[in-house]
Amino acid sequence: MNLTVVLGALELGGIFAIMSLGLYISYKVLNLPDLTVDGSFTFGCAVSAMFTVHAMPYLGLIASFIAGVLAGMVTGLLITKIKIMPLLSGILTMTALYSINLRVMGDSPNVSLFECSTIFTPFAFLGTYHKLIVIYLLVIIICLFLHYFLRTQLGLALRACGDNEGMVRASSIDTNKMKVLGLSLANGIVSMSGAVFAQHQTYSDITSGTGMMVIGLASIIVGLTFIKKDKIAFQLFAVVLGAVFYRGVLTVALQLGLPSGDLKLLSALLVVIAIASTTVKRRKKKC
Amino acid sequence: MLELKNITVTFNQGTVNEKVALSHVDLYLEKGDFVTIIGSNGAGKSTLFQAISGAVEVSEGQVILNHIDMTDYPEYQRSKYIGRLFQDPLKGTAPSMTIEENLSLASQRGKHFRLTLFSHKHRQEFQKALKQLDLGLEDRLETKVGTLSGGQRQALTLLMATYVTPELLLLDEHTAALDPKTAHKVLEISSQLIDEHHITTLMITHNMEDALKYGNKTIIMKDGHIIALIEGEQRKNMTVEELIHLYSSSTQDYNDRILLKQ
Repeated sequence: MNLTVVLGALELGGIFAIMSLGLYISYKVLNLPDLTVDGSFTFGCAVSAMFTVHAMPYLGLIASFIAGVLAGMVTGLLITKIKIMPLLSGILTMTALYSINLRVMGDSPNVSLFECSTIFTPFAFLGTYHKLIVIYLLVIIICLFLHYFLRTQLGLALRACGDNEGMVRASSIDTNKMKVLGLSLANGIVSMSGAVFAQHQTYSDITSGTGMMVIGLASIIVGLTFIKKDKIAFQLFAVVLGAVFYRGVLTVALQLGLPSGDLKLLSALLVVIAIASTTVKRRKKKC
Repeated sequence: MLELKNITVTFNQGTVNEKVALSHVDLYLEKGDFVTIIGSNGAGKSTLFQAISGAVEVSEGQVILNHIDMTDYPEYQRSKYIGRLFQDPLKGTAPSMTIEENLSLASQRGKHFRLTLFSHKHRQEFQKALKQLDLGLEDRLETKVGTLSGGQRQALTLLMATYVTPELLLLDEHTAALDPKTAHKVLEISSQLIDEHHITTLMITHNMEDALKYGNKTIIMKDGHIIALIEGEQRKNMTVEELIHLYSSSTQDYNDRILLKQ
């Protein structure tokens, strides 16, 4: 394995870490399985690609965050206002986003950013590691933001909402608003990771987001099996670590000659194994 | 204070399973009233609470609290004024959060959209309040609520529901799932907190002795109606036997469970 491969794995790991941090809010904090993720990731890719093509890569990053927020809001409103179950709501938004993403990319299934200036270009002077630095800078900023946000009164209410909804309503908190807020924020972050992904790969593809939900889940579950601490700081770190580790495993598998088409199968297996390891342990304890 | 006008709640309206859970219930409470409610299963006691707290919609009638018509308010808005405890001790607290975080949430009733950092500055107030419970929780602020016993959790829920003094407190058999000793203790704490803050309270109970011992009024419910209201001198002079007799004769309910509880 050479440096390029390791570097690539770390970079992608960082990008997936951002996505997993978003998913952490919906899956772990709010306790809602949110399938919008597959759509909003591509949404981020598409929006940022279009901005980059028009020479505004940084604005694209912000625009993709807003786009993701809107996608999450739609799912949130479907769940709270129309009372569609969370899984189905996510699938509906994800499906709708497929068409929207095609529209955003000018009815073309992929957009190439080759020779466009990306968010990494101005940092090229930093040498081989410039992409790595930019990506992990973003990871750190998002971690710091989440670490602050989840410990505010609002963040506390959001966490309680995923823990005991009835109690939260009885404390005069509108759980519906909390869900919409949480899903918006989650998808905003996911979409932003999509944006970085598009810049990193220098193309945006309509299928970029497929399976992202599972990748995010794998990262979160793997990370949280490594680090079993309840403090927010540890949990966020665990998610990042999980994402990087997961990407590492995939890279090793690819290097060992696994056909890239089998990656998704491996992802799904990894999630099953990680979940199984916790349940099996619990069962042993009970006996 | 609390005024219920002609409250009717119908479940599954317009279907074969239609059930009238509450039928034209009128009730008026003065500020500081502590009313105990008895009645067999399906009498509409819990539905009454749900109608007051907004968990179910009334198909007819009005819920008025402090001259404000709350009939169209959603549940979370009413929670600003109404504290609630359920039979299940797990329902009132967030298990994976600490005692301090739970209390912090409760102390913020009505102002949750703040982006101020969660801080430990109320720590001493929380400890003082927990000390009242006399369960040794005051030194365990960092403990996750999920690891507490049912009695401890119910006592904590009680503290949370009354931390910001509510206009109205609804206790739905909140000691029924606890062992007799803990139940007694939680009831004593409830009564003490209610006295101290003059909270208008409604309490559902299956224990005839408690129904007379606590509060200043007692209501008997059956089939979605309030069939008796006992107060004043009549209640003061009433013995548990007389209440059981009144209850059984007025409801034709000679349920063992009630009789055994004397």
